[in-house]
Amino acid sequence: MKETPLSNCERRFLLRAIEEKKRLDGRQTYDYRNIKISFGTDYGCCIVELGKTRVLGQVSCELVAPKLNRATEGILFFNLELSQMAAPAFEPGRQSDLLVKLNRLLERCLRNSKCIDTESLCVVAGEKVWQIRVDLHLLNHDGNIIDAASIAAIVALCHFRRPDVSVQGEEVTLYTPEERDPVALSIHHMPICVSFAFFQQGTYLLVDPNEREERVMDGLLVIAMNKHREICTIQSSGGIMLLKDQVLRCSKIAGVKVAEITELIQKALENDQKVRKEGGKFGFAESIADQRITTFKMEKAPIDTSDVEEKAEEIIAEAEPPSEVVSKPVLWTSGTAQIGEGIENSWGDLEDSEKDDDDEGGSDEAVILDSVKMDTGVEVSDIGSQDAPIVLSDSEEEEMIILEPDKNPKKIRTQIACTKQEKAPSKKAVKKRKKKRTTN
Amino acid sequence: MEGAMRSDDKVCTETGIESSSRGPGCSLRHFACEQNLLSRPDGSAAFLQGDTSVLAGVYGPAEVKVSKEIFNKATLEVILRPKIGLPGVAEKSRERLIRNTCQAVVLGALHPRTSITVVLQVVSDAGSLLACCLNAACMALVDAGVPMRALFCGVTCALDSDGTLVLDPTAKQEKEARAVLTFALDSVDRKLLMSTTKGLYSDAELQQCLAAAQTASQHVFRFYRESLQRRYSKS
Repeated sequence: MKETPLSNCERRFLLRAIEEKKRLDGRQTYDYRNIKISFGTDYGCCIVELGKTRVLGQVSCELVAPKLNRATEGILFFNLELSQMAAPAFEPGRQSDLLVKLNRLLERCLRNSKCIDTESLCVVAGEKVWQIRVDLHLLNHDGNIIDAASIAAIVALCHFRRPDVSVQGEEVTLYTPEERDPVALSIHHMPICVSFAFFQQGTYLLVDPNEREERVMDGLLVIAMNKHREICTIQSSGGIMLLKDQVLRCSKIAGVKVAEITELIQKALENDQKVRKEGGKFGFAESIADQRITTFKMEKAPIDTSDVEEKAEEIIAEAEPPSEVVSKPVLWTSGTAQIGEGIENSWGDLEDSEKDDDDEGGSDEAVILDSVKMDTGVEVSDIGSQDAPIVLSDSEEEEMIILEPDKNPKKIRTQIACTKQEKAPSKKAVKKRKKKRTTN
Repeated sequence: MEGAMRSDDKVCTETGIESSSRGPGCSLRHFACEQNLLSRPDGSAAFLQGDTSVLAGVYGPAEVKVSKEIFNKATLEVILRPKIGLPGVAEKSRERLIRNTCQAVVLGALHPRTSITVVLQVVSDAGSLLACCLNAACMALVDAGVPMRALFCGVTCALDSDGTLVLDPTAKQEKEARAVLTFALDSVDRKLLMSTTKGLYSDAELQQCLAAAQTASQHVFRFYRESLQRRYSKS
């Protein structure tokens, strides 16, 4: 499905509003939308909502052989998917420019900033290291995917626990969560992306653009920063020239925003940890708001299955018993076996009767000729050798002659030889007549 | 509704005696559903069965690619996305099962030369995933207002090694089970729309599972009804 284009009126309206320092959702220039973080039941699973933009993050791990040039380092892998659910224009299984750009930015923000201690992921140097895979799914696209995705990635990584391992000599033992508590990843810092949209060649600036604003913007500046105000990545796209002051101003704003978001993330993580420790209810079921009119919950429902056996018996009793199947082939003599019930094959009969019908119908010249051919192959071939061209000739007169035997079609079988003989001379006669005509 | 009432009465009268012998197996886990939670799709729903959770989004009836256009009905497409990694054969097979179920119910002839796309995202898998996918798809189709002949629901049954029947099994129960059967049932005649099974079972056990699934489906449909009643309670 194609994306609905933005009309000129809408575009102009949005730009005019931005010029007047107004935003459609009532935010101020530097305001972020509401951020909501909810966790799933398993470790490393979270959903981040940035306004209406929603990203699902899931971290998983696997023991693999390390890269040859990095024998003592674990592997980090990021994969952002733009699901068709998020917007109809996203096609499944296609690497669009936007997707490539976002994935690359995410890698630069999280992997290249060395926020995760990859050396702690090494189990046996050169043989076994942990591969940490971060899957991010965009569920709803309402602008600023990169900010939501970077928050989801870092939250999922912080929430994740990998199984404990122990090495004794050559032997590597992997412990299940029941045997030993899984361990958290060691995270040095939390880089978070902050997007700035520029309009009218950099005259106006907005933080956290939504989908509509992204469509009319001229350029985008993404700054990834941690709460220590260290810049991890900076990327400007859209082809606008920015002044040094503008970039510095943006980095200042980013510092404030990142501090706020980091605090929120830590609070959310602490909350989840507390609930888990106390043995309370957690997971997505708890994060669904009860008071919403669109939500509904039902407690565990007992199902009465006492009459199930009776019902099943009834149905089976009513049903026709399945026909007996001879599963074992009967061996008559060596080399001759029988499968089935030994009734004669009826396929041949069927064909015969069809043929008879055709013969009786006698409507088509070709059919008659065919059947004749089959029954008396030798004779036909003989005749054919005598004067081959007459059989497939399509002159009207010939047709008439061939149709003659139709007057007594039932005799065809028995009198094939005669009809053939009749046919042959008559056709010769036709030929002669034709010749005469041509000569005349 | 009548059927649901009847089974309710039975439960009330028999719980005292039966519950001990039946064990915890024959019950549905707690259900939760949220509709219309995504802004972009025409209809969306999150469906939770215990810890299993699936998010569904529906686009349609909408513009269709010329190559996929069907001249006398809507093109129904189902996309199932796993949580980890790329979709594989298992997802493709489930997509097909869900698509065939939806196709039996959706009145596609009312919207010829359009596309109806159902996108399902697995949020967490803790058993009975296919049943949860079916329920989420149905609720999302209802939210999108796609015309349907009947509603449908998915029910999973598991048979233990000693032949006891478990409804709506968890991942652990599914793993230990001798056979796992998933049925899709329609809301009007409670008839079978789709069935898929794994493992060994006798024909008597199949009928038992089907009968149990039919009883369970009444509860699911009551859940649908009540959640929609709540949703449209204020107009």
